[in-house]
Amino acid sequence: MSGILVVAEQRRGELRPSSLELITAAQHLRRPGDEVGVAVLGNAPERHVSALSLAGVDEIITLKTAAAEFDPDTFEAALGALIAQRRPDVVLVPHSVDSFGYAAALAAKHGLGFATDVFDIRRINGELVATRGGYGQKVSVEIDFPGRSTVLLALRGSSFKAPEQSGAPRVTVFEAPPVAGRSRLREFIELPAADDVDMSGAEFILTIGRGIGEEANVAQFRELADAIGATLGCSRPIADAGWLPKSRQVGQSGKTASACRLYIAMGVSGAIQHLAGMKHVSTIVAVNSDAGASIFGVAKYGIVGDIFEVAAELRRQFEGGAA
Amino acid sequence: MKILVAVKQVAALDEDFEFRDDGRDVDPDFLIRDLNEWDDFSLEEAVRIKEAAALPTTVVAVSVGPGDVDEVLRKCLAKGADRAVRIWDDAIEGSDPIAVARVLAAAVRREAPDLLFAGVQSSDHSFASTGIATAAFLDWPHAAVVSQLSYTPGAATAVFRRELEGGLLQEVEIQCPAVLTIQLGINTPRYASLRSIKQAAAKPIDVVSLADLGLVAADVGEAGSASRVRRMYVPDKGHAELIEGGAAAQAARLAAIIREFKGDSA
Repeated sequence: MSGILVVAEQRRGELRPSSLELITAAQHLRRPGDEVGVAVLGNAPERHVSALSLAGVDEIITLKTAAAEFDPDTFEAALGALIAQRRPDVVLVPHSVDSFGYAAALAAKHGLGFATDVFDIRRINGELVATRGGYGQKVSVEIDFPGRSTVLLALRGSSFKAPEQSGAPRVTVFEAPPVAGRSRLREFIELPAADDVDMSGAEFILTIGRGIGEEANVAQFRELADAIGATLGCSRPIADAGWLPKSRQVGQSGKTASACRLYIAMGVSGAIQHLAGMKHVSTIVAVNSDAGASIFGVAKYGIVGDIFEVAAELRRQFEGGAA
Repeated sequence: MKILVAVKQVAALDEDFEFRDDGRDVDPDFLIRDLNEWDDFSLEEAVRIKEAAALPTTVVAVSVGPGDVDEVLRKCLAKGADRAVRIWDDAIEGSDPIAVARVLAAAVRREAPDLLFAGVQSSDHSFASTGIATAAFLDWPHAAVVSQLSYTPGAATAVFRRELEGGLLQEVEIQCPAVLTIQLGINTPRYASLRSIKQAAAKPIDVVSLADLGLVAADVGEAGSASRVRRMYVPDKGHAELIEGGAAAQAARLAAIIREFKGDSA
């Protein structure tokens, strides 16, 4: 068989949103006669069938596993068996914390062509070509997979839009091989809120990053945020250093700026994990001394300059009740 | 007891840079090299476990790369690794993470540690793949994105937290030996003291060849890789409108953007 196999990830009974985007990505690679199958794993995979019955899906393959949640040994055994049976040309998985735990192992064990954090895919003269970033996202890298009959690609979230129209795929049950998992999930833990800030609900955010240099400088940006009426957020290094609580971290492992409409990033370089939490905001203003910083790639307005000088001048603008 | 820490010498681009003549990578003259940021945390985690251990425990830093990689291995030795292993052969040039993992797995078999740490990803090419692919070649239990770890050398299991998306964590127990990929922020890496830097100069770096590991040229390089770079280029940078002028003028314009937003949302 040929065709495209999409792996839908779920957590605590809910499909991960990036899973649906893979269905759209699959349409870009589809050739005449190709089928798009979506595999979903879990102890009750059939519960996701209706949500996955979308335009462009020919088949939903349910793989019932003993583990309710993601487990690397389970995923590798089940998907390995499915790939060996179906022999798809392309397997698409989300570039996610869970796929970090199984995708490379699957590729290594089964001799698959392999690339991660892919944001563009196409066929050039029939050959699959994937594009990803390199050198801290400062360059783009086109990758191909000579001699590989199956290629596994982990796609970056938000690279494609999820399909909106529903479809009527057939549903197949695949018997996943039993696995003696070598790790065991004990529990999920929600990070306790260290303060009562709601980054997801904030409409106006001022975020600080590594560019602020040292902890003593946090105070002046907190005062600036108050002066301009913004919620103060931060990128990962600031939270890791303990300068601001983790609840103020915007990005993949922190909060998504869901309600935000104006986002000012000061001294934030724009690591891909940070962009994942804010690049959708309609008005982004980036202030950074490095004109090559990735944050300018998603910003509407850019200020190349010293963040301390700009911050001081901005505060002056809002002092004396001018706001 | 032994913990192996896989480290990588990463490369960042100089402000101005040029591509190689074949257009498939940057000219190495324009690369600035350093220890991968994630690996600083995984090394620190190993050293802390060793320092707290009742049983004598050795921390070994291992890297795949040519002679100049000794610089990052010396850094690891200065920060508390007991010894270092560097694996190189010209045939390894051009290896992707899968081929590098095959080499690392062979080195791990030779060292037989109780745990292997790798960074979640590297700051340069961010594949987030090498550690987990190494586990597959070893057929060892594995877990990615570990942000908190509880492990006593000699124990049959380790307990850790994985950092998932959106502030959610998972607590997991795993059988050892295992491969764990370590996330930023799991600890606060130490700085090497002048004294430890001096001491590091006397610690050994074993240089190991492919043949020493029982591998051949076809296992590595382009032949042993799961992907091949076709082309590298500078992407279209997006279309940020640059606000020009001095800080005062730039701030005035930014203030106007903020006031316009507030007017709209009022």
